[in-house]
Amino acid sequence: MVTMPRADVVIVGAGWTGLVMAKEIATRTPLSVVVLERGGQVRTMAQYAAGMDELDFVIRLRMKQNIAEQPYTHRRAPNETAKPVRQWGAFQQGIGVGGEGEAWSGTTPRFLPEQFELASHLRRKYGSRLPDDLSVQDWGFTYGELEPYYWRAEQMLGLSGKAGNLRGKKVPGGNVFEGPRSHEYPLPPHPYPYLAVLFEKGTKELGYHPFPLPAATPSGVYTNPDGVTRPPCQYCGHCGLYGCMIGAKATPTSTMLPIIKTKRNVTLRTRSWVRRVIHRNGKAEGVVYVDAAGKEVMQPADVVVLSSWSMNNVSRLMLSGIGDPYDPNTGKGTLGKNFTTEVGGSTDVFFDKPLNGFIGGGGVGNAIGDFVGDPPDADVSAGVFRGGLIRTLLGGQSPITAFGRVPQGEVKSNWGAEWKKAGINWYDRQLSVQANASHFAYRQNYVDLDPTYTDKWGDPVLRVTMNWTDHEVRQSRMLGRVQQAIATAMGAKAHSFRGNQQPYDASRAHDTHVQGGAIMGNSPETSVVNTWLQHWKMPNLWVVGGSAFPQNESNPTLTLIALTYRAVDALIDRYFKKPGALA
Amino acid sequence: MKRREFFTLTVGGVLIYTLNRQALWLNAAETPVKVPLRFFTANEARTIAAACERIFPSDETGPGAKEAGVVIYIDRQLAGPYGRDEFRYTKGPFIETDPSFGGYQGKESPQQIYRAGIKLLGNDFAGLMPTQQDEQLRQIEKTLFFQMLRDHTLEGMFCDPLHGGNADLVGWQLIGYPGPVMSWRSAIAVYNKGEAYRPAPVSLEQILGVRIKGIEEE
Repeated sequence: MVTMPRADVVIVGAGWTGLVMAKEIATRTPLSVVVLERGGQVRTMAQYAAGMDELDFVIRLRMKQNIAEQPYTHRRAPNETAKPVRQWGAFQQGIGVGGEGEAWSGTTPRFLPEQFELASHLRRKYGSRLPDDLSVQDWGFTYGELEPYYWRAEQMLGLSGKAGNLRGKKVPGGNVFEGPRSHEYPLPPHPYPYLAVLFEKGTKELGYHPFPLPAATPSGVYTNPDGVTRPPCQYCGHCGLYGCMIGAKATPTSTMLPIIKTKRNVTLRTRSWVRRVIHRNGKAEGVVYVDAAGKEVMQPADVVVLSSWSMNNVSRLMLSGIGDPYDPNTGKGTLGKNFTTEVGGSTDVFFDKPLNGFIGGGGVGNAIGDFVGDPPDADVSAGVFRGGLIRTLLGGQSPITAFGRVPQGEVKSNWGAEWKKAGINWYDRQLSVQANASHFAYRQNYVDLDPTYTDKWGDPVLRVTMNWTDHEVRQSRMLGRVQQAIATAMGAKAHSFRGNQQPYDASRAHDTHVQGGAIMGNSPETSVVNTWLQHWKMPNLWVVGGSAFPQNESNPTLTLIALTYRAVDALIDRYFKKPGALA
Repeated sequence: MKRREFFTLTVGGVLIYTLNRQALWLNAAETPVKVPLRFFTANEARTIAAACERIFPSDETGPGAKEAGVVIYIDRQLAGPYGRDEFRYTKGPFIETDPSFGGYQGKESPQQIYRAGIKLLGNDFAGLMPTQQDEQLRQIEKTLFFQMLRDHTLEGMFCDPLHGGNADLVGWQLIGYPGPVMSWRSAIAVYNKGEAYRPAPVSLEQILGVRIKGIEEE
């Protein structure tokens, strides 16, 4: 095995969290940083322009890791044999420099203040009415402590939006249900396409409070505090699942890379697949990876940062034998617990007028926050304890995926002349309204290593044990009921709702959002990392990413970047000055 | 090496809508073209072309699978990494019990699924009457082969022409999709009142002025 020269810090994964860490360390310290990324070279804007192709990017998922190299397995309960997810369903992970951050759609709501103390909040409010298999936890700090980091992330990303709560003062037109913000959004909201115009009118009629979605696509030319300037979004309709052909969308390559490139203390090594963290006597010594030529390489470092895809952070820890695997029978152990995704459900809405749905972008459109957080009393009585954001979906309609959606019952078959005729008629008269809703953590939803299936290097893959409980079905149904009322108020000629159905099937789901497994908290008894995302048992190992969320509220990326800023400040301002456990 | 076979077809055309949205289809490509096949034999291509034509027929609502050249699209996909099953996890063991859970768990690649499916349709499928073809397709509607064929027909109808389907953009003309235009910034707040905005479609290669290789060429 080849051993590389020692680095001060080795960072595993060049997505949002990895490159934010690398950029902060490189600009604020003279330390040497090596970033290891599985995927290939940095992709250029010209390559992203040549990639505005629905077939290769939405159907063949070219921005995602090829699942042939590393799947995961899924079972719904511990008494089942897990099956590998052989083609992408849920938890599609990005690959290459920028990771999933290149192909996200940039919808960036903050979490509610109570989310960070959710276990305490729910206990206080609902007590013994809660499901008894719930394992939600407090994050270990308050919204107030995270607010400055939220604001830092929002400025870096250049969010377009409208505040609904400025320092406690409710602002009509923004999300009046959100927590207090110290500042207005850096940029004004995007203009509304027709669907959003109808949504605003319909939700107002119903007495709800529509607001423009916060978006990581700039509504005008924007220069962030790092001095990086980006052009405005062009509403080309090729956003989520695509790279941005002009670098407008905030991505790791459009925001972090321009700075990292100028720093001589950062080395970015692509096609480097990290398999293990090497450690001795409670101290990480570096990582072992397979390089582009297929050779094993040791990269020694004083500090190891795991900042890969949530699931890969967790499997790297398990493969390296770091931490105590969670046992759902005893509740002992922390590594692998509180695995969550996102609850949803969407409603196809059909109109008698064209929507020009090809115009759109990530985060374009609007939402209501009326059902985020604590549900209305009647729904609580029916056993729903958390809701979600209800929003228009205006990322840009493309023909392969959109053709053939017609009102239920209008045609008998999904092929043939009758279906073709209906498909042509409805093609640009239908779009969707959907929910991004809170997913609770449960004792029985967790991850461990699969005993049978392996990745391309022969390492066991992650095994997901997860099912929807009755709560998620009720939650999805509640949000569906609201969506359908909105559809009617919007003047839809027809609508059809698809909600979360039991049992959960990862091969048929499409959510990218995946959290937990190496969660943060205030005690090593109940969490893997402390609130600075430093490993409880190995102070020179930091595990940064969605893996740290004790549970999820909705679109996770903004919160994930805010947490990363909080972590890297602690690493630079405290740990580097005096290495050791910070909590 | 196997001798390369060809498939002869007439593709493309220009679609014009009259004021009351009746499609008038002007066939621009009167001369048949001979396309070299990459995966299918000429006989197999005839069967698949006939089946695709029933899934997305050419009729009074406008052109269908035949004019879009869907069979050429499918032929290229099957000859490439997708057809060879390079985008799927293919390590065993293969658990095929309880097919309602976990999606397709079988060993067969798209190439193998098509070869077996074509056998199922029989040698003379292309020569049957359309109603007989429909009847036969309905009988295999629940098979993985048919579901793939149905999805691939849609893909071949509406993909960018760089992949061999959607010839002359007939699919995009049919539904009024303008193609991967780089900016709608000046249009977003203008065409948001319920009126149709239908710029003539353009392909990615036309927009960028360069040749683009699809993943099937790798």
